[in-house]
Amino acid sequence: MHNQLMVSLVGEGGAAAASAASGLTAWGWLLVALPLAGAALLLLGGRATNSFGPLLATGLSWASFALGAAILVAMLGQDPAERAAHLDLYEWIPAGGFELSAGMLIDPLSISFVLLVTFVGSLIHVYSLGYMEHDPDKRRFFAYLNLFVAAMLLLVLADSYLLLFVGWEGVGLASYLLIGFWNHKPAYATAANKAFVVNRVGDIGMALAIALIFATFGAVDFATVNAGVPDASTAALTAIGLLLLLGACGKSAQFPLQSWLGDAMAGPTPVSALIHAATMVTAGVYLIVRSHAIFDASPDARLVVAIVGAITLVYGAVVGCAKDDIKKALAASTMSQIGYMMLAAGLGPVGYAFAIFHLITHGFFKAGMFLGAGSVMHGMNDQVDMRRFGALSGAMKITWITFGLGWLAILGVPPFAGFWSKDKIIEAAFIGEGWQPWVFGLTALLGAGVTAFYMSRLFLMTFHGKARWTDDVHPHESPATMTVPMIILAVGSAALGLVMVLLDFPAWLEPVLGHHEHEHPVLPIPVIMGATLVVVAIGLALAWFRYVKESVPTTAPKGSLLTRAAREDLYQDQINSGFFQWPGILLTRSLNYADKAGVDGALSGLAAGIGGSSSALRKVQNGFARSYALTMLAGVVVFLGALWVIN
Amino acid sequence: MSDFPWLTLLIVVPLVGSLVTAFLPGGLAKRVALGVSLLTLAIGVAAATQFQTGSGEQFQLAEQHSWIPSLGVSYALGVDGISLALILMALVLAPICLLAAWHDLDRRQTASLAASAEDETVSTRSESTYFALLLSLLPFMVGVFAATDVFLFYVFFEAMLIPVYFLIGLYGGERRQYAAVKFLLYSLAGGLIMLVAVIGLYIAGPGGSDGFLVERLTGLEIGGSTEKWLFLGFFIAFAIKAPMWPVHTWLPDAAAESRPAVATLLVGVLDKVGTYGMIRFCLQLFPEASQWATPVVIALALVSILYGAVLAIGQVDMMRLIAFTSISHFGFIVLGIFAFTSTAHAGSNLYMINHGFSTAALFLVAGMLVARRGSTRIDAYGGWQRVTPVLAGVFLVAGLSALALPGLSSFVSEFLVITGTFQRYPWAGAIAALGLVLAALYVLLLYKRVMTGPTPEIVEGEPTLLRGDESAQREQDLPYIREDLDEGVRAGRIGLVADLSWREKAVVAPLIASFLILGFYPAPVLDVLNPAVERTLDLVGVSDPDHAVPASSAESADASTNGSDH
Repeated sequence: MHNQLMVSLVGEGGAAAASAASGLTAWGWLLVALPLAGAALLLLGGRATNSFGPLLATGLSWASFALGAAILVAMLGQDPAERAAHLDLYEWIPAGGFELSAGMLIDPLSISFVLLVTFVGSLIHVYSLGYMEHDPDKRRFFAYLNLFVAAMLLLVLADSYLLLFVGWEGVGLASYLLIGFWNHKPAYATAANKAFVVNRVGDIGMALAIALIFATFGAVDFATVNAGVPDASTAALTAIGLLLLLGACGKSAQFPLQSWLGDAMAGPTPVSALIHAATMVTAGVYLIVRSHAIFDASPDARLVVAIVGAITLVYGAVVGCAKDDIKKALAASTMSQIGYMMLAAGLGPVGYAFAIFHLITHGFFKAGMFLGAGSVMHGMNDQVDMRRFGALSGAMKITWITFGLGWLAILGVPPFAGFWSKDKIIEAAFIGEGWQPWVFGLTALLGAGVTAFYMSRLFLMTFHGKARWTDDVHPHESPATMTVPMIILAVGSAALGLVMVLLDFPAWLEPVLGHHEHEHPVLPIPVIMGATLVVVAIGLALAWFRYVKESVPTTAPKGSLLTRAAREDLYQDQINSGFFQWPGILLTRSLNYADKAGVDGALSGLAAGIGGSSSALRKVQNGFARSYALTMLAGVVVFLGALWVIN
Repeated sequence: MSDFPWLTLLIVVPLVGSLVTAFLPGGLAKRVALGVSLLTLAIGVAAATQFQTGSGEQFQLAEQHSWIPSLGVSYALGVDGISLALILMALVLAPICLLAAWHDLDRRQTASLAASAEDETVSTRSESTYFALLLSLLPFMVGVFAATDVFLFYVFFEAMLIPVYFLIGLYGGERRQYAAVKFLLYSLAGGLIMLVAVIGLYIAGPGGSDGFLVERLTGLEIGGSTEKWLFLGFFIAFAIKAPMWPVHTWLPDAAAESRPAVATLLVGVLDKVGTYGMIRFCLQLFPEASQWATPVVIALALVSILYGAVLAIGQVDMMRLIAFTSISHFGFIVLGIFAFTSTAHAGSNLYMINHGFSTAALFLVAGMLVARRGSTRIDAYGGWQRVTPVLAGVFLVAGLSALALPGLSSFVSEFLVITGTFQRYPWAGAIAALGLVLAALYVLLLYKRVMTGPTPEIVEGEPTLLRGDESAQREQDLPYIREDLDEGVRAGRIGLVADLSWREKAVVAPLIASFLILGFYPAPVLDVLNPAVERTLDLVGVSDPDHAVPASSAESADASTNGSDH
């Protein structure tokens, strides 16, 4: 029965035939082209664009937002079943059996992302005008930001897995460039490389998933794949699902490919807000939800997605409790929150819409908090150690209030945004049969408590308690270019959840994801809500007792075994280095030696042997003629042998 | 116009140009050489407009004259999509390389490359001869791809060794003579084995006064061990040329000791004769033996992909590093050829073109760095992004092309090879995909060591050249990997350096344009290649594996999308 339901879902939702783009939607390619043109102009234009480049980039990003908003309005005017539009661009790769056009799929799911990316992205462009004001490479920074926006929009608008992959690695490139923006510090350059290489490990999964999709369906566009799912074998679908998940783990910093995200905080803070919190790192969730037809038909693949999400949400939360670097604590939180989204996506039809819902609210409140962290750093001489903060609520009022709204949102305090989105995931996690609802539900519930603890720890250590500032800092509020975006995002953190519930966001996605009947969790909903609020309150209280009631030492105490492990990201780097890096270095060295001594040596030796002189290769002039003659002789012998074989 | 000898013209014009160049004074010689290469390119483009993708003939623009009838040898030229695309690539690369080589023999650079005293002779060698030799590669490159007579192909195949030998041996780096002879010995060994097979093929064929024509030798159904021996004769020669593991060891030496422009033409164009030969001769003439050899060839190709990439990661010399990346990339090309699916095959053909431009960018841009610093050692650099930002940006783009970043041309071809291979041999496709990570490592580690880190201290006067003792350390293995982990990029002191000049920008711009154009719009090239791919696979007698989901359901989905699109 369950299976039938899913097949019917696929029929209704997945393949909901997209109509040809018309009117404003036909201009959808401009969404990508505008920021791309900005990036190209700023990079190729060189110093001539120094003066107006950053403003131009910001303007183009807003232009892309305006167009996206206009398309949304046009879409709202249409019947829900006709909201998906397909924009065929041109014949991209006609290669033998592989034929693919480049095209865009503009439907409620992709346009939701377009608005998130362009709105938050444009705000962060504005913020960067202030934050990067004195950086000598400001123009390059804005060029990369525009490049990122273009690539991210290509990722979400693509109508095929291959074009999605172009955006997918495009955002990876932008991320690499921006993490390493200050790569005159070797550690930052290493962080950039690490992010790219770990993502590439995930991309092996993506590449092979696409290869398997082609082998199975004979095409890699979403429409053909969705239509073909009912006829494909479960084994193939599970394999595709798991390979896609590997890609998603790399991009979204999910276990076991999460190690790069903490180091990625080397990038300028606006980058951390936009790329490593609000948008790019959530692309893995988008990928899973966009591939829902495949996951609908493969419960095994879905289960693995949910398990990965559950592990990561705990992992990130534990790490977040121990970090003293404000940005790294936020990064751990991001990892954990994306774990929630992954968990929701892994729950299948009951969870897809909530995964995207939480993704959008998270985009607002996490970006807002990162910008707040940037504002704090701006006022504190670029310090990041929270043990050296404290009592900043007085010196930076706007930052304090906007950050506070984000904090309430992530805690899930009603009526702030996270309450509407995260609690829905916790409820959904309690839906199902057997052991799964209990394990996933309780994990999500417990995670909410830990989240409350570490986020309160972060908030209280920074803004409350006693001032533990170093002598040379004079905290001050940031300029308006920075605070205005923070205020706007804070408004979103406060109100967006309720607004989206009132507008019935899940129903908005139904044309894409299919309609899903309401299911009942294994516990009554009021009980789940109550329990969630209780664990959140406990987490908050614990943090208050430890970081406000008691004084915070300016150097970290030794801590328990778990604390020390969490500070070291639970030793993931050490494990990676032990299992991959060192064996890799050993392999490289030994092969390099073998190539000189072995392969080259053997062949040179052979040549020398034929030449009748061990130094034939070294003593060029005299050895050459003989060896040539003897090679020729050998050739003649082989020739005669060949003749003998033929006759 | 159809009888106009376009291809002969493409051979004669640069050949005459090269002879003229040799007798001109240096300054004029390089201008004439560049002019001739541009003229040849223009003729090539004109010839390409005569090419029809829908033609039923295998070879177009065909010419045929009896040459040595008693031995069955004809002077026969013609192109299909594959050879036309390769010829055009060569024609585009030639002026780019000549322009890149413009100041190769200026005193300062010469002194930096040829460090020891006895090598000062290089600086006195004639500039006109250098440019004449560079230009003289062009007729051979056209001829070897256009020959439709097996013996004529062999003649071009061997004859082109001569200018390369002199370009490496006379104008290369310190160990140029060792590298040149190693190159020659490997090539000659392969060539001789092939000669045996060429003669054997004639005997097995129909004979007569035009018995060496490819079309007369196609579809012979030789069969049995004879076909296998003949296949091997050709294949070994092509594997050396390509170069595949384990007969690759001549390439890093040859590439590292060559001038960047020579290395580009050697690796980017001349080595393609190996993979081109596999398609034109091994597959077309010995289809049965090709299938017989497939498992071993695929295994060797996979070894090449991973081995080349791992070795590249461990190199301390930029030029050698680039050479090893090419070994990895040639592995992909061979893999796609022997996977026998239309997707992989089209991918391999496209890869040959893309790799030419991609590797040109790597060698030439690295050459621009070397021209400034005087060293090919990676650890002589560090922090150069802040010294020469434009050069750094271009270097990164070339690297991204090498790691097949989606959106750049190399991605399209690498993806097609992996996907097409996966279709028939899933495990081979999966192993090849490991190359994605290794490529990211060798490119990004190189970029990090050369371009990132603290800005070097700029001092007045001549740049510090690394010479003497330090170049002797080249034999030492890999202290740098460890150092790199320790963040030990050192800044160093360098002389005043300028960012890219207009000449250098002109060298790089067409290459980067090709990455983007062929990355986002490869259709025109694929349209030219596809008929040739189809014909080759027909001749081998294989068809694509079926897709698991019945075609009918996929087609109906197509129909529904198409229907709604229009």
